[in-house]
Formats: sequence, structure tokens, C-alpha cells
Amino acid sequence: MTELPEVLPATGTASLAWLLFALPAFGALVLLIAGRRANRWGHLLGVATVAGAFVVGLLIFFDTLALDPDQRTRELSLFQWFAVGGLNVDFGLRIDPLSLTFVLLITGVGALIHLYSVGYMASDPGRRRFFGQLNLFVTAMLLLVLGNNFVMLYLGWEGVGLASYLLIGWYQDRPSAATAAKKAFLMNRIGDVGLAIAIFLLWTNLGTLQYTQVFARVGELSGGVLLAIGLLLLLGACGKSGQFPLQAWLPDAMEGPTPVSALIHAATMVTAGVYLIARTHAIYDLSVQGRLIVAIIGTITLLIGAVIGCAYDDIKKVLAYSTVSQIGYMFLAVGLGPAGYALGIFHLLTHGFFKAGLFLGAGSVMHAMHDEVDMRRFGGLARYLPVTFVTFGLGYLALIGFPFLSGYYSKDRIIEAAFAQEGWQGWVFGGLATLAAGLTAFYMTRLVLMTFFGERRWKQLQTADGQDYHPHESPAVMTIPMIVLALGSIGAGAVLSAVGLVDWLAPSVGELVEPEGVGAVPHAAVPWLVVAISALGVLIAWLTVGRHRVPVERPAHVSLPVRAARRDLYANAINETLIARPGIWLTRALVYFDNRGVDGLVNGLAAGLGGSSGRLRRLQTGFVRSYALSMLGGSVLVIGALLAVVLT
Amino acid sequence: MIYVAQVEQVSAPPIDWGAMAPLLVVLGAACVAVLVEAFLPRHQRWPVQVGLSIAALGLAGLTLGLYTGSEPAGMTTIGGALTVDQPTLFLWGTLLALGLGSVLLIADRSVEPGGAFVASAASRAAAGGPGDLTYAPTDPDRSYGSPDQAPTMQTEVFPFTLFALGGMMTFVAANDLLTMFIALEVLSLPLYLMCGLARRRRLLSQEAAVKYFLLGAFASAFFLYGLALIYGFAGSVRLTDIAIASAGSARSDTLLFAGFALLVVGLLFKGSVGPFHTWTPDVYQGAPTPVTAFMGACTKVAAFGAILRVLHVAFGLTRWEWRGVLWAVAIVSMVIGAVLGLTQTDIKRMVAYSSIAHAGFLLIGAMAITPQGVSATLFYLLAYGFTTLAVFAVISLVRTADGEATHLSQWAGLGKRSPLTAGTMAFLLLALAGIPLTSGFTAKFAVFAAGIADGMAPLVVIALVASAVAAFFYLRVIVLMYFSEPAADGPTVTVPGAFTTAAITLGVLLTLLLGIVPSLALDWASGGGFVG
Repeated sequence: MTELPEVLPATGTASLAWLLFALPAFGALVLLIAGRRANRWGHLLGVATVAGAFVVGLLIFFDTLALDPDQRTRELSLFQWFAVGGLNVDFGLRIDPLSLTFVLLITGVGALIHLYSVGYMASDPGRRRFFGQLNLFVTAMLLLVLGNNFVMLYLGWEGVGLASYLLIGWYQDRPSAATAAKKAFLMNRIGDVGLAIAIFLLWTNLGTLQYTQVFARVGELSGGVLLAIGLLLLLGACGKSGQFPLQAWLPDAMEGPTPVSALIHAATMVTAGVYLIARTHAIYDLSVQGRLIVAIIGTITLLIGAVIGCAYDDIKKVLAYSTVSQIGYMFLAVGLGPAGYALGIFHLLTHGFFKAGLFLGAGSVMHAMHDEVDMRRFGGLARYLPVTFVTFGLGYLALIGFPFLSGYYSKDRIIEAAFAQEGWQGWVFGGLATLAAGLTAFYMTRLVLMTFFGERRWKQLQTADGQDYHPHESPAVMTIPMIVLALGSIGAGAVLSAVGLVDWLAPSVGELVEPEGVGAVPHAAVPWLVVAISALGVLIAWLTVGRHRVPVERPAHVSLPVRAARRDLYANAINETLIARPGIWLTRALVYFDNRGVDGLVNGLAAGLGGSSGRLRRLQTGFVRSYALSMLGGSVLVIGALLAVVLT
Repeated sequence: MIYVAQVEQVSAPPIDWGAMAPLLVVLGAACVAVLVEAFLPRHQRWPVQVGLSIAALGLAGLTLGLYTGSEPAGMTTIGGALTVDQPTLFLWGTLLALGLGSVLLIADRSVEPGGAFVASAASRAAAGGPGDLTYAPTDPDRSYGSPDQAPTMQTEVFPFTLFALGGMMTFVAANDLLTMFIALEVLSLPLYLMCGLARRRRLLSQEAAVKYFLLGAFASAFFLYGLALIYGFAGSVRLTDIAIASAGSARSDTLLFAGFALLVVGLLFKGSVGPFHTWTPDVYQGAPTPVTAFMGACTKVAAFGAILRVLHVAFGLTRWEWRGVLWAVAIVSMVIGAVLGLTQTDIKRMVAYSSIAHAGFLLIGAMAITPQGVSATLFYLLAYGFTTLAVFAVISLVRTADGEATHLSQWAGLGKRSPLTAGTMAFLLLALAGIPLTSGFTAKFAVFAAGIADGMAPLVVIALVASAVAAFFYLRVIVLMYFSEPAADGPTVTVPGAFTTAAITLGVLLTLLLGIVPSLALDWASGGGFVG
């Protein structure tokens, strides 16, 4: 078990940490309450609050960096939130390397995407409300990562769920958006129940929900409880991060505006599951089975995502499945335990940069093409969208792990660590992760080829409302964030690797245990192997897509695997058969029971009361003589009863 | 020759004027109001009476506030006839506030042109037909002055109200049974008259007044008989002396408990507790609605104030003997109120049955001979009084050409036509049903908690079932207002004048406030116990 760091009270610059979430919260409040009056400047306020939070985050980051590593874990207790019985919940923040890393990612990428949205949402009448909800999301996400207890975590967890629901359903006039929002909400709910029960279990067994106390005392828990908590936390993480078996909502969530997809459903919120497992590593450290299940879930998901990504033609859905797959890598990493927590966070950061950049690029393409998402209608766009093409291309290279770009550093180290596991685990995890790397190279190359190269298929086509396509580069307010993120795609991996992100995270997630000895595949051979497999994927993509004419209509007669992948590997069908149908049957049975059993009883009772009321009513004759008689009768009874009581 | 009898020197008992001031102000203003009736010309009376009544209530409230502010210890005054202790002060405050609300309703002339009161109490239903439902074409209002003059109303109702209120205040402070009896009559007689003053439906109103008078006289006789028996037992009518006598004496218990039973019957009648409730629906329906509001709120407070004092001060020690019987009475009252309320079709009768059920709940609190029981019952009275006042005020707003639309079917679809009125009514009905965030909930909670703490758990269970049943008829009105299509020739909702608006606002605000921060009044109510 890793040593727990000493927790010190936050002073100096760090005591400003409340500003981190207070600034966007203020923005959200103003934007959502001020109404139309704020329409003209609302979006600027939205950008400014998040940028301000980023500056505060930077200040605190440098302040923390100046401290010794064992003094970098600090707490800022703001006020007592509530106290019920023995449950005392602080509204407190935990400022440590892990939370600061997330703060910088959320506010940094968040500020860029806010800026991008100024351009992207320029013609949307609800732009101010959009920024309000985006600010709400940033607030909730910061509370999630900054809280120093599980209740704060849960508050943020539900907050981001709400913001995500609102923003997926942004285009309210589209039934598909409403359905997607509902689906996301419901599937997240399943995970949230797991998280809630895990928190209840911690409370009943330990009597506290503060991180410091919980992590110090997890050793007191019995093995079974520990495993249960680990699995329930994992269920919560799977819901939020779109992991198997709850992955089906994430691709549908692309119905939201593209900046939302970039910020919430690629860079930040969907990585909350990884955060949760890294944050509670003290629990997983003690539970080998729990960790193994995390790794298995991660491996299954990274494979599913990569396979389905190969079959879709919707540019955003391909990117979404790519996200599912990449988060699978992160889960695999944190599932490897002390050998992988820091690597998972590392990949999370680099992925945050290049995936957000890719989504913004996709948004820029859609912006140019009348919100068209079908890649079969694109083609040869590189000449028309040079900035988009270059930034997107860099993100693409980073994602497939092109040597010395971001993804190369983070993904390869995860695969290395996976291969270094003992026994069958090394072979299975490492092998499948490598295979998925090849698939990733394939589907991303296919995406780039179909979008930016080849024949300009849109020339012969018209938009839904009968106009010609006129692709054009996006305005500077959109391209600048793309350029910044592209720089991150190039350099983040190398820089973070060079400055020692892994050591920086050590106080929060423990020292990284380097793989010892020889695992399944020699240590030094792994990078070569991964690069080779990825190159193979690129080559196959070029051979099958690049050299052929891409049909505008999607071919109907395709092989079985492609058909399965197009139908999300039947995830929706499985969910419907296993969950939805039995649920409907159960409700029907309950309704039947309710109608016949419960209602029968209730209605019978009501009829009885009504009947007796009708009969009793006749006693109220309206004659004063009978009233007097009833009073007399009552008095005689009262007197008689009293005397009977007293005299016996 | 002058024969000088030996005159015993009667020394006047010391009077604490500060403590008595609220009572004296109200009774004094009542006497002045009688003079106003006698000497002012008719057209000047209304403004003077309204101003006088409101000023008197305000001044009484002010003196009460000043006296309470000096943090008095409870004490008896005027030779032990009255007790001014913490419950008295609380009840006085409640009565004055509710009285003010009632006066506002009574004074309103915008809802019903000329006010809800007949111009001449002697006028019967006019020659419009045999029914008492139609608005008479030859309006008796117009027999005074020229026809184009605004219709006038009987301004005697203001001194009646003040006298009744003075009687109620004496009733709850009375420290001996004789004072209590006199106060009972002082509060009852004006009420009998006020019931017969409705401008419309004259026969129904006069019938109600006669019924109330006859039955009230009957109940007063019970009270008096009980008083006599108890005097025979204890040799005194002072409540404390009765308690001392009952604690240890060889005298006949039969005398004591027969007296107690008769006395309590008289009191329960005033509180409209079943089975002595029979007058309630008829009188509530027949009386002019502002008077119904006054009776529903203030009479209930006065009756239960007196019941509390009698049970706690005089009969606290013998509670194990009488409690079983009052259990039965409470159950009967709750069952009658809840079950009979289900089939009522007139909204005023429905609220009457609701008040019978509430009387049963109140009796639970009054039976708990603990400080908690006292404070819970006092709080319940305050909460219930304001809700009832506002309910009747809202009822008076929904009208057809023939007057108030009290038949339930006429309330259908009101939520669509006048959402504010319907929303207010719905809120008040929820308060009567005891839904959280209203004073009805906190009051019920306090009373039931006191009951359980004093060992009456089975009774509380029955009370909960009864309130669940009663919730049905409150909710039925809400369903009717919101989920039914409005009738084509349905009633109109009158825009209330300033007076009625003020009364409704007062009632609704307090209902909400006491539901959210009950500690405001609960702390005051539990400030101290009875002194006797």
C-alpha cells in the first residue's frame, strides 16, 4: 500500500482556491438569471470567468510547485455544509497535485472551448443560455475534482450530469437530441446509483466521508466490503465515462453542439471515472480483484470502441467511439494499480488536448459544410480548410501514436505496463491494447482520408435545403483555440514526460511502480511493436479507402463484422433485451397488481367510507329538536361513562 | 327616621390595570360603539364604527405588546377572577389578531355592495318567491334613503363583534367558573344575533340564528348545572380550589365527576366537538360569511382556551379518571368530521365538518396535561384560526348574481378562470389537510407529538387515519378547481377590496410563515404554563 501524504491546511495563494469554482458559478448565475439583457455581453462573461479561473489555477499551481512534494497536499475548509446525526460534511476543497492537474485541464481546455463557442454559436439565438450552461458545467466539474469528501464529489458528479443532459438536448427541436439527452441521463443514473451505494457503504462501515479519514482507515474494511465498494465505484465510473456495459449513451451524446462534445464528452466529464478510480486508489490498492475487473472493463471497452469506430461514417460518432476506446486505455492503466495510476492520468491529459482539438476540427468542418456530419459527403477539404486540416492532422497523428507526438508517450507507456503484467494478463491486456492501437490507426486514417483527401464528392451534392456547399475556413475566434490545442497535441506528451508529471502526481496517486523484469514482451520492443502495428493500420486504411472511390451512399451489402459494428456491436439491442424489456414487463405486472390489488383495497375502503358518510348524514336532519336530542344523548353517555369509570 | 343599616365595608380588590388593559380597551370600545349607534346619523356610522373597531383592536394589541414586553410573571387579578399568565397573553394576542382579520372582513363593502349584512335585522326574505335563494327584487336595503343611494348595512355588527371578542378574552382568562360562565354568555349572545344578519338568504340566516340560540342556551344550562355540582363538591368555584379539593377529600366523587361531565359538555359545545357539534354545519352555512369566519376562528380559540385552562388547572390531578371518556369524545369528533365531510356539497358546510375534525385533533393536545400539550394546543389554535379566516374570506369572493356560490359544483374549473384565487384556496386547503410547509402540518405535528409523549399513541394513530380521510375532501375541491372544465354559467370571482385583501394576505402569510418557521410562535406559546 502506498504511503498517504500528510494533509496540511491551505494558506496563502491556495486559500484563493474557492475562486476556482466561484468564478464560473457567478458566470452561470448571471447568465441564467439576467435574461435577455445579458445577450450582448453574456458570452464574453462566460469566457472571462473560465479564463479567470484558469489564471487562479495557474497561480495555485506555481505556489504548490514551490513546496516540497510531501507538503503539496493541502485542504481548504470553507464551511460546514451540514451535520446530521453523526454525519458531518464539510464544504471543503482538497488541493493536491491530482486535483490541480484536473483544474488546469478543465479551466485551460474549458477556456479555449468557451472562446471557440463564441464563434461556433454566433448565430444561435440561445447563445447566452448556452454559455450559462457551459459555465454551470465547469463549476460542477471543478467541485467534483476539488471536493475533499465523497459528498462534494457526488454534488459535482450530479452537477456535471445535469449540465451534460441539458447540453446534449440543446437542439430541443430535434427529437433525436431529446432522446439522446434522456438516454445519457438514464444510463448515467445507473452508474450514479452505484456511486451512491458505494458512498453509503463507506459511511456505514467507517462513519466518515472525508477523503483523509476514509483513505487512512480503508484497512479496517473486510475484503468483501472492499470489493463491493470497489465494484460499485467502478459502476459509477463506467456510467460517467461511457465504459462497457454503459457505453451506449456516449456516441448518441454527439447530438449536442460540437463544443459540448469537445469539452464534456471528450476532454473532461467523461474522464471523471478515471479521476474517481485514481482518487480512491487507496481502496483499489487493497483489492486485487477489484483492480483486475477495472482492467478487464477497460480492455473490453477499448476494443469495442476501436472496432465500432471503423464502421461509422458520421465524423462525430467516429470520434466519440474513439473517445470510448481511449478512455478504455485509461481504465486499463488505472486497473493496473500502482503501475498505472499516473499513466492513466498522463494519457487523460494528452487525450484531453488532442481529442478536444479533433472535435473542434470536426466542428470547424461542420461549420464549413452546413452542419453535415456524413464523411461520405466530404472529400478533398484540405485545400479549403487549411488551418483546420493542419490542426486536425496534428491531432490525428497524436492520437494514433505517431512517434514523439503526445499520444506516443502516453499510450505506449500504458501498453508497456500492460505487457509487463504477469502470466496471462500481460498477454491478454498487452495484446488487445496493441491490436486496438492498430484499429485506431485504421479508423482515424480512414476518417482523415474521407474528409480531407480524394474526390470532392460534395460538388455534385446539395444540402438538405437545396443549396450548394461552399466550404470556407472558420473565423479566427475558432481557429485560435484549434491552433493552441494542436500545439498541445504536438508537445504535451514530450513536455509532460520531460518535466516529470509522474513524479508530480506521486503525492496523490503514489509512486509509479516501474515494471520489473521481463513481462510478456521485452520492454524495449513494445514501442517498435506498437508503431509497427499502427503503421499497418494506416497502410490498410490507405489501401482500402484512399485508393478507391468512396461511394456517397453507404453500401448496404457488407460483411457480417461491419454490419455488427454499424449497429454498435448490438449494444442497444442487448440493453433493450436484457434491461428495457424485463423492465417493461415488470412495470406492467406492477400496474396490474396496483390496479387490482392496491386500488381494489383503496377503492373499497373509499366506497365504504362514502357509504357510511351518506348514512350518517341523515342524522343531520336540520331539526333543532333532534340536534338537542343528540346533545342530550351524548351528555348522558359522557356522564354515564365517567361515573362508571369513577364508581367502579 | 333614617334607619342606618350596618354596612359592611366592601373594599375593592386590587386591579392590575396594565395586565387588564387589552380587555378593558376592547370592552370600552364596545360600549362607545353602542353610543355611536345611538347618537350618530346613519350615514356616518359605518366609517366611525370601522375606525373605532380597528383602532380599539390596535390599541389593545399595543397594550398587550407593552405588557408582554415587560416580561410579566403570571398572576391573578380582580380578586382572583381573572388570571393573566402566559397562555392568557398568547390567547389574547391570537384573539386580537384574528378579531382584526374578522373586522376587516365584516367591514368590506366591495365584495357585496353595501356589505354582507342586512340593513334591518327584522326584514325577512322579500317577496321574490318562496325560496330564500333569490336576490329580492324589492331590496329591503333600499327602504332607507333614496333608491340611488348606496345600500347600507346594519352597523350594530361592530359593537357585537367587540363585545363577543371581549367575552372571549375574559373567557380564556377566567380563573373561576362563575366568571367563565358570564364570559360565555357575553361572547355567545352577540354571536347569536350576528348569525341572523346575512343580507341574502334571510330565512337560512335567521333559522341558523335561532338554532344556535336554542342549542347554545341548552349547552349553557349544562355548564351551569355542572358548575353547581362542582361547587357542591369543592365549596368554591375557583379552579385552583377545585384542584385542591379533588386532590384529597372524602367527599363524593360522583358530585365532582357528574359536575365535570356537565361542565365539559358545555365547553365542548362551544368548541363544536362531536357529538355536540350538531349546530355547526347549519350555523356556518347560514351565518354571513364574515361572521362564520369570526366564529370559526375566534370562538374555537376561546372555547379551547377555556377547555385547556379547566382541564389543566382544575382537573389536571384527576386526569386518569376522565381521560378515557374524552378519548372517546375526540374519536367521535374526528370520525364525524372526517366521514361526514366526504359527502358535503356546500363548501361552507364542508369547512364546518372540517372544523369538527380539527376540534378532535385539538382535544388530543388539550388532554395532554404537560407543558408540551399546552404549547402545542396554543400553536394549533393560532395556526388553525388564521387558515380558517382566510378560507372563509376566499369563499366570500366566489359569487354568482345570487350571492356567494357555495355549492361545490360551482367551483369547478376555477383554476382556469381565476388562478390566483384558486391557488390561494388550494394552499389554504392543503394547510387544513396538514401538508408540510404549511402551518397545518407543524401544528398537527406539535399536537400529535404532545399526545404521544403523554401516552396517547393509539389515539394519535386514529387521528392520523382521520386526517388522511379528511384530506380527501380538501383535495377534492382542489381537483375540482383545477381538473374540471368550468361550467358555462359559473360564478365570477369578485376582485376583493382592500379590507378583504388584507385579511386574506394576513391569513395566507401566517399560514406559510408558521409552516416554515414554526419556532416563531412555538417559542412564545411555550413561554410559561398556567397560573391559578
